[in-house]
Amino acid sequence: MKTNDSTRSGGSKAGKAGGAARGRRGAARELNFGGVWSYAPAPEATEVAPIPARQELFVGGAWTKPMSGRYFATTNPATEAVLGEVAHADARDVAAAVKAATKASPAWRKLPGDERARYLYRVARILQERAREFAVLETLDNGKPIKETRDVDVPLAAQHFFHHAGWADKLDLLFPGQSPEPLGVVGQVIPWNFPLLMAAWKLAPALAAGNTVVLKPAESSPLTALRLCEVFQQAGLPPGVVNVVTGDGATGAALVRHPGLAKVAFTGSTEVGKEIQRTLAGSGRELTLELGGKAAHIVCEDAALDQAVEGVVRGIFFNQGHVCCAGSRLLVQEGVHDAFVQKLARRMARIRVGNPLDKNTDMGAIHSQAQLARIRELVADGVAAGCELHQPACALPKKGFWFPPTMFTGVSLGHRIAREEIFGPVLSVMTWRTPDEAIEKANNSSYGLSAGVWTDKGARILWFAERLRAGVVWNNTFNRFDAASPFGGYKESGFGREGGKQGMRAYVRLQGALASG
Amino acid sequence: MAASSSLSGLRVPPVDAVALETRAADLGTRSLKKAAKVQGLKLAIAMMDLTTLEGMDTPGKVRQLCGKAARPLPTRPDVPACAAVCVYPDLVPVAVAALAGTGVQVASVATGFPAGRIDRASKLREVARAVRDGATEIDMVIDRGAFLAGRHGFVADEIRAVKDACGPAHLKVILETGELKTYDNVRLACRLALHAGGDFLKTSTGKVAPASTLPVVLLMLEEVRDHFLATGRMVGVKAAGGIRTGKDALKYLVTVAETCGDRWLSPAWFRFGASSLLNDVLMQLEKERTGRYQRPTDFSAD
Repeated sequence: MKTNDSTRSGGSKAGKAGGAARGRRGAARELNFGGVWSYAPAPEATEVAPIPARQELFVGGAWTKPMSGRYFATTNPATEAVLGEVAHADARDVAAAVKAATKASPAWRKLPGDERARYLYRVARILQERAREFAVLETLDNGKPIKETRDVDVPLAAQHFFHHAGWADKLDLLFPGQSPEPLGVVGQVIPWNFPLLMAAWKLAPALAAGNTVVLKPAESSPLTALRLCEVFQQAGLPPGVVNVVTGDGATGAALVRHPGLAKVAFTGSTEVGKEIQRTLAGSGRELTLELGGKAAHIVCEDAALDQAVEGVVRGIFFNQGHVCCAGSRLLVQEGVHDAFVQKLARRMARIRVGNPLDKNTDMGAIHSQAQLARIRELVADGVAAGCELHQPACALPKKGFWFPPTMFTGVSLGHRIAREEIFGPVLSVMTWRTPDEAIEKANNSSYGLSAGVWTDKGARILWFAERLRAGVVWNNTFNRFDAASPFGGYKESGFGREGGKQGMRAYVRLQGALASG
Repeated sequence: MAASSSLSGLRVPPVDAVALETRAADLGTRSLKKAAKVQGLKLAIAMMDLTTLEGMDTPGKVRQLCGKAARPLPTRPDVPACAAVCVYPDLVPVAVAALAGTGVQVASVATGFPAGRIDRASKLREVARAVRDGATEIDMVIDRGAFLAGRHGFVADEIRAVKDACGPAHLKVILETGELKTYDNVRLACRLALHAGGDFLKTSTGKVAPASTLPVVLLMLEEVRDHFLATGRMVGVKAAGGIRTGKDALKYLVTVAETCGDRWLSPAWFRFGASSLLNDVLMQLEKERTGRYQRPTDFSAD
C-alpha cells in the first residue's frame, strides 16, 4: 500500500516542490514520499502451503473425525476468504485426547532425556526445512505480514524446540538434588496472535520435561498447529505424546475442566484466565497463565531518539499490535515530547499497510471482525475523551479487516485508551517530569507484563528496571524474544514463566527433599 | 573563526548502534521487482560518480572512464549517463575536455586526499586550482586527526574555508567514517559539516576499510533530513566505496526513499562513489530486459 505523510489531525501537508528542486529557506519544509519511486508488488507464492478442504483432530497420533461430525471454517483475515474447514471437538473428543495422552505418558516420561531430545531436535530441524510453508500458512490464517512470519514467528518457533531439546537430558543440572519429575498430562490453550509460536512455546518445555500434551489452538487460527502435527508424525514422535483438538471456547473449557490433567497452561485474555483459575481452584492441578498487558515505554530526553522511535514502532505496530506485551503506552519526558511525537508521526506514515503476503508489507490485517470492532470502539472512546488522534492517510484494502497505525496524544492515565488493553495498533502518549513520576505512571496499571526503558545512561536503566512492576523490561529495544529468556507477567498479566530455566520449572514436580529424607 | 574555534569536546545526541544497524538491516530486506527494480538501477547509474583515484592514473585512463560515464551502455539509449567523473586535481583538465557537452560533471578530490595531512594553505590552493581547471564538484577530506583530538572548531573552520575556496563548485565533505569508528562520532562530524556549509556529506575516501556501510548512510540521511526540517536547507549524501553490486545499490536507494523521501531520490541529492559498481548494475539491467545474465566481458572494462 502506498502511503503519504500527511496526518489526519493537524499534521502539516507535504510540500509540493519537485524531487530535484533545490532546497531554499522558506520553502515548504516537509518531506515527500512515494511519488518518485514506488515498489512493485512482491507477493510470496502460496503454492508451497496447500490447505486441505477439511482437517480432522489429531488424537493418539492419528487424524480423527470429531464425534459430533461438526466442522467450522477458518478464514483469511486479509480477504475474508474461507481457507478450509477444521473439526469442532466437543467434550467427548477432548476426553479421547486426554485418554490418548494418558496412555502415552508412562513410556514418554521413562524415555531417557537424550532420546526425548532427539525427537525435539528433529522437530526443530523439520520446522526449519519447512519454514517457508509455515510462514505462508501462518500469514494466510492469521493476517500478519510474511516479513514477520518469515523472520520472527517461524525461526523463533524452531529456536524454542532447539533450546528445550537441550534441557531434556539436563533436568538434573537445572534442579540439582530435587529429582525433577514430569507432571503428567498437560492441557494447553493458546491464542490467535502467534499461533505457531505459542504452540512451540508451550509444547517444547512440556515435552522436554517428559509430559504429554493436549493442545487447543485458537478457533480462528488453527492451521499451523495442525500442520505442526504433520511435523510430529514426520519426526516419528510416539502417538499420543501430542494431541491437538480444534474448536471454540467450549472446547477449551472442556479441556481445562478435564480431571485427567495434571496442569493447565493458558495464554489469552485476562477475563478467560480468571475463569480458568476459578475452575481449577482446589483441584490440585497446576496452572500457569500468560494474560494481557498494557506495557509502558519510558523515553528519557537523553535517549537516542531516532532509534527509540524505531523501538516504539516495533513495540506497538509489530503484529498489528496483537501482542500481549505490546508497548501500548508511551511515557515521554516532557522536554522531548514534541520532537519525539513529530518523529514518530513521520515514521508511522512510512509503515506499509496492506497485503500480508507482500514481502514489503510492514503491517497486515487485523485478525478478526470482532477484534476490529473492539479497536474501533476504544479508538472512538479516545476521540470522545478529547485525545488528539494521529493516523497517516493510508489506503486500506476494501475486503478484509484493516486498521491504520494510530497514535493518541494528550492522553491521561484515567482514559480508557490508557488503561484497557486494546490489542491493536493504537499507541497512547503521555508525558512525565521526573523519574519517580515516570515509574508511578508506568506501574499505574492492573497489568504488569512488560515495559521498555529508553535512555543512554546505564545507571538510569538499572534504576528504572528495579522499580518497574513488569515481568520483562527491555532496555533500548522492544518486543525481542529469545527461548533462553523467561517471559511472563505480574499482577493481572498472569503468573509462571515461559522460556529458559524458569520456563522449565513450570513443567516439573520437584521432590528432592522428600526423596532423600 | 574565533567563534567556532571554541567548539571542542562537543556533544551531540547519542546514537544507539544496535538499533541503528537493526533498522538498516530491516530496510535491506525490501524486495524490489520488475519496474521498480529497473527504475532503481537506472537511478543508481544516474547517481554514480565514476571514480578513478590511483597513483597509476593517466590521461588515457581518465578519458576511457569519461567515455564510459557519458555512455555507460552505448547500445541502450535508455540507460542514463553517470552523474560525474571523480579524479585527482591534476587530471581535471583531461576530464573537463573529455566530458565537454555531455552534461556529466567533473568532480575532483582535493585537500591532500586521502589523508588530508598537509597545511591548510596548500589545501586551499589545491581546491582553487581544481575549480579553476573546471571541476564543478570538490570532494574534500576532513582532518580526522584534529577531529579525534577533540579540535572540532578547527575541523569546522577548515570546512568553511574550503567552501569559500570552492566558489561556485559544490563541496562534498568526506568524513572518512571508517576512521571515525563510532556512530556518535559520525553524527558529530555530520553536524560540523552541515553547519560549516557543506553541500554534500560523503562517507569515505575508498582508501580505508570499512568504506560506506548502510547504517552509516542511514545515520547521515537522518542528519540531513533533520537539518532540512530545522533550517529548510537541503544537503546531499554520497555513499562512497565498498558498494559493488546492483543489489547493494538498491538497498541504499530504499534507505534514501524511506528516510528522506522523494526530494533526495535525485542525482542532485544522492550519489554513489564507485568504480566497479557500474558494470554489475548494467548486467542486472540487461538481465531484467533479456531475462538472462550476459557474460561479464560483454560490458566494457573501462
